[in-house]
Amino acid sequence: MSVRNTLRAFPTLLRVGFSEAVAYRAEMLIWVLATTMPLVMLALWSAVAREAPIGRFGQSEFTAYFLADFIVRQLTGSWASWQLSFEVRTGTLSMRLLRPIHPLMAYAAEQMAALPMRILVALPVAAIGLWLVGAKHLPHSLGMWALWLLAMVGAWLITFLANVAIGSLALYMESSLKVMDAWVALFFVFSGYLIPVELFPSGLRAVTNWLPFRYQIGFGVELLTSGYATAADTLPFFLRQWMWVAILGGLTVLIWRRGLRRFGAYGG
Amino acid sequence: MKTLARYLRLFRVQVRMSLLVGMQYRYDFVIDGLLSIFWTITALVPLFVIFHQRQTIAGWSFPAALLVTGWFTLLEGVLEGAINPSLSGVVEHIRKGTLDFVLLKPADAQFLVSTTKFEPWRATNVLTALALFVWAFLQMGRAPDALGLLEAGVLLIAASLVLYSLWILTVSLAFRVVKVDNLTYLFSSIYDAARWPISVFQGFLRFVFTFVIPLALMTTYPAQAMLGQLPGWKLLASVCGACAFAALARAVWLRSIRHYTSASS
Repeated sequence: MSVRNTLRAFPTLLRVGFSEAVAYRAEMLIWVLATTMPLVMLALWSAVAREAPIGRFGQSEFTAYFLADFIVRQLTGSWASWQLSFEVRTGTLSMRLLRPIHPLMAYAAEQMAALPMRILVALPVAAIGLWLVGAKHLPHSLGMWALWLLAMVGAWLITFLANVAIGSLALYMESSLKVMDAWVALFFVFSGYLIPVELFPSGLRAVTNWLPFRYQIGFGVELLTSGYATAADTLPFFLRQWMWVAILGGLTVLIWRRGLRRFGAYGG
Repeated sequence: MKTLARYLRLFRVQVRMSLLVGMQYRYDFVIDGLLSIFWTITALVPLFVIFHQRQTIAGWSFPAALLVTGWFTLLEGVLEGAINPSLSGVVEHIRKGTLDFVLLKPADAQFLVSTTKFEPWRATNVLTALALFVWAFLQMGRAPDALGLLEAGVLLIAASLVLYSLWILTVSLAFRVVKVDNLTYLFSSIYDAARWPISVFQGFLRFVFTFVIPLALMTTYPAQAMLGQLPGWKLLASVCGACAFAALARAVWLRSIRHYTSASS
């Protein structure tokens, strides 16, 4: 299970994952339909902004925000927690353990391989967004685009690691899916997915800054819609984002290693 | 009449089975209760944030919007306690081909699959919803409209019927597209839009949420009824619409069953 082996196998894993994503495209379409919540929220916030803008948000800002919201969600989505808990329950996880590659790497490859299909979904939305509000909200410099990419990598990692960490809880308890439900509920509220974090009352916003959820969605959306004036403004947020990547990474390894010792491969 | 009595008896047996199973997992009452409160709080945060900015949204004041959230919670309880558990089992049956065993039984298949599983502890949602109603009316400093409460009761039945019919329609999809595990997820994420009064939506979305997926009937109308603001024709249209939905669902279900070719054999 060396690093070199993993690196050598990774392209193949990506290819397999991509074929799977193509094979189950109907399933992905359903998932995309299920993530149209930003559009509903756009309707809601437009109704609010129709009378007068809120903070820096007028109707065009809201449109830009929630379309970017949709795109960021598409690109950072993960379903590893459901998959893991299913595989632990049915015992099929043992198949993965037999392969000479770390299962967590295999999961990562599968989720990454779905990205091309996700981009295919996100592109038309991006085009509609550009047509509706123009390019004025997009990052103005190449540097800001690079920062956005970095934030997206962090967001993807947080989402994936949280999924794997909670999914691995299935090794200890039956109701890991309920834990995931709770995570998703908190994510909906505190990530900026339904409400731009900037509109939170200041006390709540201070709490949100230290929670991982904002760095899954809100931070990327804000960078994509020019929510920050200079690169220096983003520094405290990047520090917190990567702090959470480190915390969740450590937690995942810990839960996984200890949990695997208890794994009985029932039914496998 | 005799068939009706027989089905009532069957229904009682099925419910009793679910209750017995529910009693085995008594501590779920605590977990589901806590989760219900937790969900409600997360549903309230957006409400707080929005009404932090404005006094009214699309003609709805904070307490009135609370009523809508209350109805959302109540129907979520119906959906997840009485509708989802049974019907997500059907998807599994179709995938594995075990639906054959249900079809062989000497009772209506739709009835059987719809009553196999109830989750009694989801009734905690009813308590949370009642708390929200009380809070909303305390804030308004008035009592609910007496006749309106009756109307709201009628709408509760109509809304449950619509939710159930929508589920049957979704499940019928599973006969065609086999891998649809995440249909439940799609369904609940669309239902999520029901936490807002219908008047915040405009144009296309409002049309969809009023006529195609009638979320308006589920949460907005009952809330209006409690306030005594629901015009009679809307009530009538809701009841007729719910019946039409049920009839459509029944027709589609029968059609799907006719075209069902078992999966495994």
